[in-house]
Amino acid sequence: MAEDRTSIHPLWLRIIHWANATAVIVLIMSGWRIYNATRFLHLYVPFTNEPLFPSKWTLGGWLGGAIQWHFAAMWVLIASAVLYTVLFIVSRRGKQFWPVTPQGLWSDIKGFLTGHLSHADIRKYNTIQKLAYLFAMADLVVLIASGLVLWKNVQFGWLRVLLGGYEAARYIHFYAMCGIVAFIVVHVVMALLVPKTIKAMLWGR
Amino acid sequence: MHKDIKTDEEAILKEANGLLKDPAKRRLLGNVLTLGGLSLATGIALNHYGSVKEILKAVSRFNDGAQGLIFNPNAMAPTYTEADIKEPFPFNAFYSVDKAPVVDPGSFRLQLSGKISDRRPWDLPQLYALPHTEQITRHICVEGWSAIGRWGGVMFSEFLKRVGADTTCKYVGFKCADGYFTSIDMPTALHSQTLLAFTFDGQLLPAKYGFPMKLRMPTKLGYKNPKHIVEIFVTNVYPGGYWEDMGYNWFGGS
Repeated sequence: MAEDRTSIHPLWLRIIHWANATAVIVLIMSGWRIYNATRFLHLYVPFTNEPLFPSKWTLGGWLGGAIQWHFAAMWVLIASAVLYTVLFIVSRRGKQFWPVTPQGLWSDIKGFLTGHLSHADIRKYNTIQKLAYLFAMADLVVLIASGLVLWKNVQFGWLRVLLGGYEAARYIHFYAMCGIVAFIVVHVVMALLVPKTIKAMLWGR
Repeated sequence: MHKDIKTDEEAILKEANGLLKDPAKRRLLGNVLTLGGLSLATGIALNHYGSVKEILKAVSRFNDGAQGLIFNPNAMAPTYTEADIKEPFPFNAFYSVDKAPVVDPGSFRLQLSGKISDRRPWDLPQLYALPHTEQITRHICVEGWSAIGRWGGVMFSEFLKRVGADTTCKYVGFKCADGYFTSIDMPTALHSQTLLAFTFDGQLLPAKYGFPMKLRMPTKLGYKNPKHIVEIFVTNVYPGGYWEDMGYNWFGGS
């Protein structure tokens, strides 16, 4: 396949993006069902008395089914994370997300508040975008690490100690899930506001 | 600077106008929304779709294999102190606590079957005379909670050795007085923290915690730790389990 110089997102990136997105959505929805088995935090749907997360938002039908989905999608997440890390380094895509400077952030915030933050060139990420994507990457690492501890805390004993113990990993996993959900909400809203980004992630440009 | 802002404004306006005016873009936006809705709906519908269930079951069996591969017989579950013990220790079963089976200690005999050379039944005094070890470990429930408790009994590997179990077999199975049944892999059966437990917190196991004995494995989730054991067997034929047959992961390691 000839190198397409006009491509914004290479094919490997698009495949990984959508595989990762599917895995994360399945993991979130099945994870909510797993959370519902005990509800270790007493959280409610905002402005209602209905406990988080209503069954209709979840995947798996029951705890055992949810765990099957969770531990199947886990492999897709891990595979996409490993592949992305390798190709990220090889393709030097890191420079897209760097540098992040306080000055850049400040001018972006000012631009955002005055409505002058541009997405005219979707090849270039502004500082807020860089931070958002770096956050998503770091958050997925935390989700995988805490998930490994919840799954196999004896076999990954060093990781359990690093995260502060088995029960700590449960809270970390939950709050990191909240982080990725927040990211997805912002990410999807922004993509819908600038639809050419969706086209680029589907067809490459 | 002023010129830049002007350009940005133009770009945003153009983008917004394009969204509304360009039918192709409008279609794209509609498509994306439909696609999102569709995939969500299929995801939910897939729950009830037979072949997906089969695929998920196959992945669960694959996960059994993966857990068997990463199982390190020398990796120890963390141990805790008396102060960490959860009081009262939670009761959990597929029935309420008042339905816990009543086992008569006088007439009780532990049955042995399968690939075991000495299959003579054991009474409780014989079992209590076996070398005793204690552990304070974390019991982890698949439902999303955990509690630290103290169990005492004989190392299961020692018991298997005494009865002449064929430890080259793949599985050890358990039948329980409450109709529960489960099975485990041989490497976990031989792990040094796997106990055939007769006591909880220094007292004989009460009915609610599994009298007359439970298999205590801090390397496996709670549903893999059978209570009220009445029969132990060794086999190469996959025996399944009460929850496992309904879809819980068989290896159930932690």
